Amino acid sequence: MSQKSKKHHEPFIHIVKRDELAPAKAWGIRIGAIVLGVLLIGLISSILTGEGFFEVYEIMFRGVFGRLFEGKTNMLWKFLQDTAILLCLGLAVAPAFKMKFWNCGAEGQALIGGLAGMFCMIQFGGKLPEFFLVPLVIAVSIIAGAIWGVIPAIFKAKWNTNETLFTLMMNYMATQLIAYYVYIVGGGSNVINPVSTGALPVIGNLQYLTNILIVALLTVAVYVYLKYSKQGYEIAVVGESQNTARYIGINVKKVVLRTMMLSGAICGVAGMLLVAGTDHSINTNTVGGQGFTAIMVAWLGKFNPAIMTLMAGLIIFLRTGAAKVADLNFLNSSFADISVGVVILLLVGCEFFIQYSVRLRHGKKGV
Amino acid sequence: MANQAAIELKNITKTFGSVVANKNVNLRANRGEILSILGENGSGKTTLMNMISGIYFPDEGEIFIDGEPAVIASPKDAFDYKIGMIHQHFKLVDVFSAAENIILGLEEQGRYNLKAAEERISAICDQYGFELDPKKKIYTMAVSEKQTVEIIKVLYRGADILILDEPTAVLTPQETQKLFAVLRRMREDGKCIIIITHKLHEVLSLSDKVAVLRKGEYVGTVETAKTSEAELTEMMVGKKISLNIERSEPKDAQVRLEVHHVDCSNREGTLVLDDVSFHVNAGEILGIAGIAGSGQRELLEVIAGLQKSDSGAVLYHNPKTGNVDNLQNKTPLQIRELGVRLSFVPEDRLGMGLVGNMDITDNMMLRSYRRGKSAFLERKGPKDLAEKIIEDLEVVTPGATTPVRRLSGGNVQKVLVGREIAASPTVLMAAYPVRGLDINSSYTIYNLLNQQKEKGVAVIFVGEDLDVLLELCDRILVIGSGKVTGILDGRTATKEQVGLLMTKTEGGEQK
Repeated sequence: MSQKSKKHHEPFIHIVKRDELAPAKAWGIRIGAIVLGVLLIGLISSILTGEGFFEVYEIMFRGVFGRLFEGKTNMLWKFLQDTAILLCLGLAVAPAFKMKFWNCGAEGQALIGGLAGMFCMIQFGGKLPEFFLVPLVIAVSIIAGAIWGVIPAIFKAKWNTNETLFTLMMNYMATQLIAYYVYIVGGGSNVINPVSTGALPVIGNLQYLTNILIVALLTVAVYVYLKYSKQGYEIAVVGESQNTARYIGINVKKVVLRTMMLSGAICGVAGMLLVAGTDHSINTNTVGGQGFTAIMVAWLGKFNPAIMTLMAGLIIFLRTGAAKVADLNFLNSSFADISVGVVILLLVGCEFFIQYSVRLRHGKKGV
Repeated sequence: MANQAAIELKNITKTFGSVVANKNVNLRANRGEILSILGENGSGKTTLMNMISGIYFPDEGEIFIDGEPAVIASPKDAFDYKIGMIHQHFKLVDVFSAAENIILGLEEQGRYNLKAAEERISAICDQYGFELDPKKKIYTMAVSEKQTVEIIKVLYRGADILILDEPTAVLTPQETQKLFAVLRRMREDGKCIIIITHKLHEVLSLSDKVAVLRKGEYVGTVETAKTSEAELTEMMVGKKISLNIERSEPKDAQVRLEVHHVDCSNREGTLVLDDVSFHVNAGEILGIAGIAGSGQRELLEVIAGLQKSDSGAVLYHNPKTGNVDNLQNKTPLQIRELGVRLSFVPEDRLGMGLVGNMDITDNMMLRSYRRGKSAFLERKGPKDLAEKIIEDLEVVTPGATTPVRRLSGGNVQKVLVGREIAASPTVLMAAYPVRGLDINSSYTIYNLLNQQKEKGVAVIFVGEDLDVLLELCDRILVIGSGKVTGILDGRTATKEQVGLLMTKTEGGEQK
């Protein structure tokens, strides 16, 4: 028989599972990762552009907030609006992800919500009084988003289809439906001219304030729902263990359907805010891929709306700021995405160091 | 080579933390021989075989293959020594054909040649008398066919030491006979076969030698021809040990729960509960004894409404209304709405009974969160309950806000049992409630069950330690392969009686 006397060497580094890090320490590591990421972006930018290291941050800040210190707040409002929309989509996917239902269809659900709102604005604009039309636009958008969201859940409950693929495919369907609608309404130009009937009211002369307030309310509502409501508790139990859920008599399918309806409905709100709140028009790029970025917001914020708000702000800041750096130095527009990617990669990667610690080889042990 | 053992283990010890899975085990198996490893559930049979097949590495002791010391650090090393293990749970890719599964992961020289492989597989089938179509996809196969694929997989890799982990657990008696015929042919071919089992009659009809393990320790090896069922049972269960668990006389014996002719089949369509009938009285502890996987889990889940049964009835005698309700195929929620106060401590504590990532308070809430009409949670009551349980049952925890997964096994169980008892049940079912617990925690649990019994609760206790069952329970129901093989009085029954009933299966009676 083959003679084997393999010598086993102790590897150079050991990866050891940590006992459980105190939450404060874990957040320390995460904040460290963000700081590292931001420094890295500054370094890369300054190497690529020849700008000084600190100048890069100045450009980024100006790119995001404009001449804020000179009393000009218009850029700040734009920043808050972008954060609000991303956060709104994040709030939509958070309950689904907390339930471990991988809703990758926020993009499509928001588009369909927006499309339904647009349809009402165009069809009933001028025919119905505004005080009736605006609530109708809001309601129809929410319902459309909810329906788009619940369809994959129905298939999942009935035939156990894969929700990730299903929701992704539904995004393409939504995009195509909008392309078709734009073709019909806009004719050859492929553009829908802005429609002001049925649009959300503007508070004062601040274009974005309505949207921001709605999302702020929604953030509090989702926080309370997830943390203090019975339904939120059921979502947590189903997400943690379907066996436990069944054991205590939770109807898992019902919870899945209900939560996906909610998730789609909030996406519908986001679509409505974009269409009736700001754009007053729609095209296939209205949501602009933020339905996917929103998944990062939800995960990075650990499904806690308060932290998610900070994460959404961070992502928008990096993206807008890096875009400005790219713009001034004739870099490719992908530079913004790369910058956001660097920070997110570090943030996700640091979870490894929260779960495990790395130890160097020490002395030789038997065997 | 003539007198040399194909495989020999010397003083093998393996511990997992504080649990000793194997202690100083010695074993010898020759070529052309079938060795049975016999032992109760948790006696360390599978751990031992996993060390031979390279899944675990022994802490102490040596393994010799054909007289040479061997280091088996991975399943690949085991293959190099021509050791093949057939696991209890098959490891096959469903959408692949039999042949594709068999050659999967083989690093052979030359081009990938499925056709040649299929021919070789057919040749192996002919040699040993298997029936298998190499082109058949796994997902279309019956359990016995999947097992055949697993066996051929190791033969294809040239294994001549085969280890089978409870191969007959999933087979019908006819399929078992076929398997045994194949194994005998392999023995004639000079292969060394080790089979893990707890079915006595199989041991006696198939093997040449029997090695017995009990609670991780090696009891001895006997030649099958020179032993008897009674001797093996005694070796397996050991002599009776006194535990001094107090047991009061049941007071007011009225029937609380009746199970009538319940049949239940699993997803593969095999019967896991076969015509099960019994009753439980208020104020008594009914023990359920049996080899693991004989249908205990399914039985409790059928009663709790977590699993559908094919036929039969589960009747609950409501002490408040005097009504008799049939709980069969009702959901847990419907059962509760009927006013049945049924508490259930499941076997899988963190996977079913509790949510590991939630704190003790939120875990208390699992049972009670629906109370009240408000859409919001009421955390005050669960928090008080959590603190009361921590104090009363001496749960060691930093506080009520610690996630339960961070507690030790015994404390997790106290939290779970505490919650289930707090629901003031009329029927309390506990599956392996002391598994993995230290002595003190175990006694806490026994006392809690006894208190419930004295309060007039009908207690069903599924256990694995026969000493405990015999001292704690008023009556003991023995279940074997999904059938009730006997109901004994806990005060007069002996360990041997229970042991024999546990291993009694259909095939066994003819012997």
